[in-house]
Amino acid sequence: MKPLRLLVLAVVAILALGIPAFSQTPAGDAANGKKLFLRDGCYECHGYAGQGGAAGARIAAIGLNAQGLIRYVRAPGGQMPAYTDKVISDQELTDVWAYLQTLPKAKPAKDIPLLNALQSK
Amino acid sequence: MARSKKISVDRRGFLKGAAAGAAAGAAALVVKPEAAQAQEAIKAQEAAEVHRPATPLPGAKQTAAETTPPPHIDVWTTDRPGSDFMVDVIKTLGFEYVAANPGSAFRGIHESLINYGGNKMPELLTCCHEESSIGMAHGYFKIEGKPMMVMAHGTVGLQHASMAIYNAYADRVPVYLLLGNILDGAWRRSDVEWAHSVQDAASMVRDYTKWDDSPVSLGGFAESAVRAYKIAMTPPMEPIVIVADAVLQEEPIPDAERGRLQIPKLTLASPPAGEYGAVKEAAKMLVNADNPVIMAGRVARTPEGIQLLIELAETLQAAVIDRRFRMNFPTAHPLYGASTVGAADVLLALEVPDLWSMTHTQTPVNRMGMESRRITKSGGQVITIFAGDLYGKSNYQDFGRYDEVDLAIAADAQATLPILIEECRKLITPERKAVLQQRGAKLAEQSKRNRQRDVEQAAWAWDASPVSTARMAAELWNQIKTEDWSLVSDLTFVSNWPGRLWDFDKPYHFIGGHGAYGVGYGAPAAVGAALANRKHGRLSVNIQCDGDLNYAPGVLWTAAHHRIPMLNIMHNNRAYHQELMYVEDMAARARRGVERASIGTTITDPNIDYALMAKAYGMFSEGPIENPNDLGPAIKRAIEVVKRGEPAMIDVVTQPR
Repeated sequence: MKPLRLLVLAVVAILALGIPAFSQTPAGDAANGKKLFLRDGCYECHGYAGQGGAAGARIAAIGLNAQGLIRYVRAPGGQMPAYTDKVISDQELTDVWAYLQTLPKAKPAKDIPLLNALQSK
Repeated sequence: MARSKKISVDRRGFLKGAAAGAAAGAAALVVKPEAAQAQEAIKAQEAAEVHRPATPLPGAKQTAAETTPPPHIDVWTTDRPGSDFMVDVIKTLGFEYVAANPGSAFRGIHESLINYGGNKMPELLTCCHEESSIGMAHGYFKIEGKPMMVMAHGTVGLQHASMAIYNAYADRVPVYLLLGNILDGAWRRSDVEWAHSVQDAASMVRDYTKWDDSPVSLGGFAESAVRAYKIAMTPPMEPIVIVADAVLQEEPIPDAERGRLQIPKLTLASPPAGEYGAVKEAAKMLVNADNPVIMAGRVARTPEGIQLLIELAETLQAAVIDRRFRMNFPTAHPLYGASTVGAADVLLALEVPDLWSMTHTQTPVNRMGMESRRITKSGGQVITIFAGDLYGKSNYQDFGRYDEVDLAIAADAQATLPILIEECRKLITPERKAVLQQRGAKLAEQSKRNRQRDVEQAAWAWDASPVSTARMAAELWNQIKTEDWSLVSDLTFVSNWPGRLWDFDKPYHFIGGHGAYGVGYGAPAAVGAALANRKHGRLSVNIQCDGDLNYAPGVLWTAAHHRIPMLNIMHNNRAYHQELMYVEDMAARARRGVERASIGTTITDPNIDYALMAKAYGMFSEGPIENPNDLGPAIKRAIEVVKRGEPAMIDVVTQPR
């Protein structure tokens, strides 16, 4: 593959994933992130396991990096209110992001008997 | 006259005499104790007198006045109080039940119902709160399709009942409310009765009832009672109020009236169908549309309504979006939820209140609703068939924002569907039919994909504690799917998981929601609906929100007392969660203290033990359950109890939504 095409693909991938091209994702403290997740009420709309529901989207195991999360929280769409850095700092959001990375992914429905029964209907 | 009138002494004198007699009896117990007890009593009295002034003994004159039998005794009895006739009237209306928290203003009818009426048709249901009485009537109607009667004080009882009446009004549910009142001040026997009387009893709820009357004769009562039933049951259906004056209830039926009193025949009005020309126009728009979408609000009034909606959707091969106010459409149907408002070039809204909020989205710039954007397709058309266009009130704002539509048919949707279906069929040529079939096949694929997506989403947080609402719904479904079940609660607060995972297809599978979102509706509505299900042997399932139950939990006792079988699953998220999110929203907007949103919105410290609460009211219970693996076996045990004809509760500590 030609280098130019590789570069184009890389840029497309970066834009699609919301990954800043020339910055490194800062480290987050997952333990502190868990405290903030509960203290600042993230769970209220997104669930204790980040699973989402009628009031908020799933935020567990999504392909968003810390910068992407910060950007979204500062200027969200839909029903979510904007959280400014006065309410939660970039570092704290990075910690929340680190906590979100620790949340388990869902098993496929086919591996859960009750759901598999529904799926095969 | 049949009244037994031995000696004429006024009633107040008799009551005074009775009170004096009781006082004298009590005094006798003090002056003639057993010896030992007397000694102890004297010692105790002496000790007490050190600290307080002595009460003077009654003088000879007072003692004589209070112990000598009065020369005349006024005894008022009758073999035929007016309330007996009122019960005759009530019986002609075919009520199965009357729900009431006892109240002196309707004590006459109460007595006549249980003795003269034999406590059958209607049977009296003992309620612990008037809000429960109305909520039970609300839920009962959703299953039975007939109103339940409710009795309440015209003052304090109605004040308790008022929120629930507003819910029923907004949900277009007829509740037949009989208020007691003592209109004539001369008949009130105490300060309590003055405080419990009112000039115009129904005025407090007139903004959210369809009709009321305060008849001043028994003949007038009969006419108004029958008229009220007819009005309540004519779409748009609403609660009504009849005030039963206590004097009419308690005084004997005058001899002169006995032969003349009549109960008018009840003839219900047929619901209004849409004007033929307008319906033809609607059919033309729908048949020619590329992607018509049907939105169902409170469409199915009867089981036939579901079949008609299926028929229309299949005739047009149009997707159905269900607002879930009623059991309108089978959730496993290939056209269920298979398209969106934004994709529709013709949207047919059937009995949809506040359609504007369905055709618009609010932008995040101004969250109070001032800035919005229409989401219907550019050039798309909207047709409404809505009984609400025939009747409305202004003060309470449940009618929602004015929406621009292209064709508005003021009619009952279910009554209009047969003509609309027929007109659509006339217009569908064989060529058009082939196009519609192709569209239907695509919609069926979309519906299937929706279902698969929902099942995959249910897997998230499957093993989490607190228990996810998806897991709770799936565990329930696993236990009830082979039963003749009925969900007697709403889906709003559990992310609609039962609606996404269960197969709803029978008329009694779902009862819809509050109407006006007045919290406190859930528990009593579930009990009322379960009562209606009882005679059919159905398994009633109530997913019960914790905040809702705490308004009037005494309804659990009513369920236990009247042996109403129902499975209650607590959705115990330990918060008034919608409000928690709102306060969080406000704090984020104000850029301060988001961590304090739980103040005033959560129900913790201490956590409420709902299993213990249910036990206190005489109900089988288990919990709190926090491990999702414990839930399935607990549900199974509770269902065994319910199958024995009793209510049961499982307290499940749950995720917020």
